Amino acid sequence: MKRVYVNEKWCLGCRLCEYNCAYANSGESSMIKALRKKAIRPNITVEEDGDINFAVSCRHCRDPICVKSCISGALSIKDGAVVVDHDKCVGCLTCVLVCPYGCIREGEGGAVQKCELCLNNSFGEPACVKGCPNRAIVFEER
Amino acid sequence: MKQYLIIGNGAAAVGAIEGIRSVDKNGEITVISRENHHVYARPLISYYLEGKTDLKHILYRPSDFYEKNSVNVLYGEEAVSVDPDGKTVALKSGKKLGYDSLCVAAGSAPFVPPTEGLGSVPSVHSFMTLDDAETLKSSLTPDSRVLIVGAGLIGLKCAEGILGLCKEITVCDLAPRVLSSILDSDCAAIMQTHLEKMGIKFLLGDTVEKFDGSTAHMKSGCKVGFDVLVMAVGVRANISLVKEIGGECGRGISVNEKMQTTLSDIYAAGDCTESFDITSGTRRVMAIMPLAYMQGHCAGVNMAGGTESIENALPMNSIGFAGLHCLTAGSYDGECYEERFEDGIKRLYVKDNLLNGFILIGKIDRAGIYTSLIRNRTPLDTVDFELLKKFPALAPFGRTYRSEKLGGEV
Repeated sequence: MKRVYVNEKWCLGCRLCEYNCAYANSGESSMIKALRKKAIRPNITVEEDGDINFAVSCRHCRDPICVKSCISGALSIKDGAVVVDHDKCVGCLTCVLVCPYGCIREGEGGAVQKCELCLNNSFGEPACVKGCPNRAIVFEER
Repeated sequence: MKQYLIIGNGAAAVGAIEGIRSVDKNGEITVISRENHHVYARPLISYYLEGKTDLKHILYRPSDFYEKNSVNVLYGEEAVSVDPDGKTVALKSGKKLGYDSLCVAAGSAPFVPPTEGLGSVPSVHSFMTLDDAETLKSSLTPDSRVLIVGAGLIGLKCAEGILGLCKEITVCDLAPRVLSSILDSDCAAIMQTHLEKMGIKFLLGDTVEKFDGSTAHMKSGCKVGFDVLVMAVGVRANISLVKEIGGECGRGISVNEKMQTTLSDIYAAGDCTESFDITSGTRRVMAIMPLAYMQGHCAGVNMAGGTESIENALPMNSIGFAGLHCLTAGSYDGECYEERFEDGIKRLYVKDNLLNGFILIGKIDRAGIYTSLIRNRTPLDTVDFELLKKFPALAPFGRTYRSEKLGGEV
């Protein structure tokens, strides 16, 4: 299955992926409407380690502990991707408590939010990958 | 064809079904369900009362779950005894069911301490099941004064659930603090202040000496008038089916890392069990839903002839009230690192070069990174813990870890 990977060597730490992610998942028609004067809450996070940067988003683990731990049944695996049923999730944050990568966060509407590979928004392909200026983030099979 | 029998129809039973089916697609699976409901997310009953979920969304698995997994569910039925020699289970209805492999996932039951005059109270409730929630809801009016005995996870979630459905809520507990099973007094005080701001009243370090109709006479001497009483003192693991036939039990049914009881072909999973907690080094009942599912899955795989084991179980909890979340894990034993901030706290407990437990209130982002340090027993001198303790992140794990975890399929 294709997943999102980052090549640390090429990551510039520009954080464009964070902005593209927030826009892609905002449901807004323009980036300005989506991001202007807002503290963004993206599903991808850029980290720094000295002079190295890298972006982290859901690994879509084969045996995801978040899905096994979900108390409402809102998290499930759909064609290999870990997805949230926003109508079922009550925001208990048990998944936040167990994700070893820190890739699920509190959402705004009561449910949690996480990377769903942009399969469930209007982008249809990972916006972080598409917008990465140095092609450090890739969407591929490994 | 192998016959699998599962006693119980909660998260552990679902785990067992999914575990069995991951190995054996054809065996016959029968579930004995005391409740007349398709499996639902039990901890969501408070959210149901709050209107944050409904009878459709509360289902723990989709409505075609049993059908898709070819499971026969006996609703409204109860196991009364197990014959381990004849390999049968006797049911309340008088029926007998045979099994090749049995999983006891019988959960727990509310413990109601004998209290003088309890029989004189007109409206007494427990808060464990969907039916309990329905009954409680129908007994409430906007003028109801509610007394909840027990300031633990169940009592407080109940309080949050009914806050908008009644006039006032008083919660009492013998313990001097709220959430005493997961919080120390400093952290409990933060949660209590928040709960009080929500409108919940507390009588802590106090207990009901006797009930007289709709009045509770407290040990401290004060009297509490109420219309509706909820008993949420605690729960006890349902161990009798296994204990009666000589299976080893403590407070819960003893299971090993494969979820086997001490009786052959009998497994147990979920809230009715006790198992090894890596953070305290002791066997204990860890009645938490994620573990119930995982134990059920582990039992199911082994029942079907596969191999699975759980060797890294730890207690953990995520509980929140009106936007303030409290995430805890492990044991609070060891050297404490603390950060305090407005309406919140972070406490990490380090022992023998390992993270052994934590309490996070308010700031909870990426908490799972800490949980994984506990679960994996990561030696803290192999990571940059000075950085990690301030910010849960992956950078402090170093490049090797990152290329392993972020560079390929995990």
